[in-house]
Amino acid sequence: MNPQALMDGLIAGSMIGLGAVGITLTYSILRFANFAHGELIAWGAYIAFAIAAALGMLSGALTTPIGPFSFGWALVIATVVAIVLNGGLALLVDALLFGRLRSQKGAIIIMVMASFGAALTLRSLLEFIFTAQPLYFSKALQIALPLGGGIRATPDQLLSLGVAALLVVAVHLLLSRTPIGRAMRAVSENPQLAGVAGIDVRRVIRVVWLLGAALACVAGISAGLLVQIRPQMGLDLLLPLFAAAILGGIGSVPGAMIAGLIVGLSEAFAVQLIGAEWRSAVAFVILVLVLLFRPQGLFGRAQ
Amino acid sequence: MSVDLLSYGAFFLTMALTYAIICLGLNVQWGQTGLFNVGIAGFVAVGAYVSALLTTPEDPARLGGFGLPIVVGWVGGAVATGLVSFLIGALTIRLRADYLAIATFGVAVVVQLAVLNLEWITGGPFGIGFIPRPFADQAGNPLVFGLANLAVLVAIVLVLYLVLERLARSPWGRVLRAIREDEQAALALGKNATKFRLQAFAIGGGIMGLAGAVQAHFIGFIAPDNYVPMLTFQVWAMLIVGGSGNNRGAILGAVLVWGIWAMSAAAVSGLFPPGQQARAASLQIVMIGVALCLILLLRPRGILGERRVVSRHIGARGANSENGQTSDAKSS
Repeated sequence: MNPQALMDGLIAGSMIGLGAVGITLTYSILRFANFAHGELIAWGAYIAFAIAAALGMLSGALTTPIGPFSFGWALVIATVVAIVLNGGLALLVDALLFGRLRSQKGAIIIMVMASFGAALTLRSLLEFIFTAQPLYFSKALQIALPLGGGIRATPDQLLSLGVAALLVVAVHLLLSRTPIGRAMRAVSENPQLAGVAGIDVRRVIRVVWLLGAALACVAGISAGLLVQIRPQMGLDLLLPLFAAAILGGIGSVPGAMIAGLIVGLSEAFAVQLIGAEWRSAVAFVILVLVLLFRPQGLFGRAQ
Repeated sequence: MSVDLLSYGAFFLTMALTYAIICLGLNVQWGQTGLFNVGIAGFVAVGAYVSALLTTPEDPARLGGFGLPIVVGWVGGAVATGLVSFLIGALTIRLRADYLAIATFGVAVVVQLAVLNLEWITGGPFGIGFIPRPFADQAGNPLVFGLANLAVLVAIVLVLYLVLERLARSPWGRVLRAIREDEQAALALGKNATKFRLQAFAIGGGIMGLAGAVQAHFIGFIAPDNYVPMLTFQVWAMLIVGGSGNNRGAILGAVLVWGIWAMSAAAVSGLFPPGQQARAASLQIVMIGVALCLILLLRPRGILGERRVVSRHIGARGANSENGQTSDAKSS
């Protein structure tokens, strides 16, 4: 077995984890499986790409690489702006679609179906605007540094691992230590009761979308930086995201991150053992196993 | 010229009716029972590939080609898909409603992967060709060939429609709707909700498999690219537009949406320069996606909403008394 698989799995897993945290939050607080979440990842990457490209045209100095990394300040600025814009996109979709369905008090499954429609619309829009050609934040080649034990990693890879770890700790602290976090957990327990207790449920919903979109945006930019940007990138991640959210236990942020790493590592090892062409089946196998043996997930509560 | 037009019309309707069969299957799962299937493309593919394997002439490059009669292929495709649906249903139906959705999505991904990678069974990315077509001896005369195939499809859809209508009015159909509307009440009456749901999901899946098989034989060639999430999406749009819960709505929606799809595809290829065709095709998908969301928001019942039927012995009764209901009660 190639020890490099460990590094590849951790990196892929951290991106899956970031997306799965968003899925698990929308699932537990808005109460539906959001099939459009993958598109937030893709849109985040494309928005950042467009802004970074525009900044690069304004000033060449912004694209000179920072230290050992492959990107310049343009991408850093673009990331911050893209997080805000991606949040705006999520709020817009909610205002146009999910919010209206919520106020119609329809069945939950109608929301799932609407999210499926929204996913296809958003993905095809990306394909219309940017075509299906893959894009890259930077064409520069990076030398992978040896980390010992036969494992190598580029500075970009280590950075995105670090950022993912930081974000998950931050979200976990936000949920467990702040008033808005408490409000979010209350709404996920019982929205009616939370509303009666004076919690602004609509504000909680807005925060959920902003958080989910921000994490998705970072995951998308990482994926774009380390692999490539494609309109299909969200769709390809969707099954691993759901597998991770369910394996971690719906509603558990640390669970989603750990499960994301598990899914990423399993994929990397499966690529070594069986072959890269079966990679996408790994998430399905994990999903089936979880549903068979522990439907509430690793850190979830039985219903 | 008019012969060309007529045979194109027959081709168009035949294609639309294959979608109508998928819609009828989805209507058993979603319309009657409220089970959400996001992996329609995967189920249709299973039916198509099983039937193709059973009926094609022997091919040294892959497994089989068993050269069996077409009808055996159709039944085999339906049974195999029903079995796959049963297994997925058994895994997820007792859990939360959207776990089934996620699992069916997974089925579509895995089936797509399997037909691409299991080259010794499925022919890989190149697919399977030389699938025997019904009335192949008439192929020299496009009009006769087209009309004969259309007649077969009309017959299948008609039989399915009558059987499904009968089922919907049977005690079995009433239990399904009772579970969909109020599971607690159905449980209190001693109905095993999981068992009934599972049966409905397997039957609906079997019908989708049949549709896949029939479609494969009508086109004569299948490849993994035919079974992408787009197909799932089209079928959902068809059922929602036509009216979920209503078998006539399922058929009407299939013909209507397929018509809109074919026309917009023609418009795209006519209006856009060749370099921009792929781009414009994605706009076509955006349009369908927006339309689906709009219907969900504005007219969730579709064109023909669900009719409230209780039993074929009582006839139709319900809040809204449309003309179609009384005449329909007489005919059954």
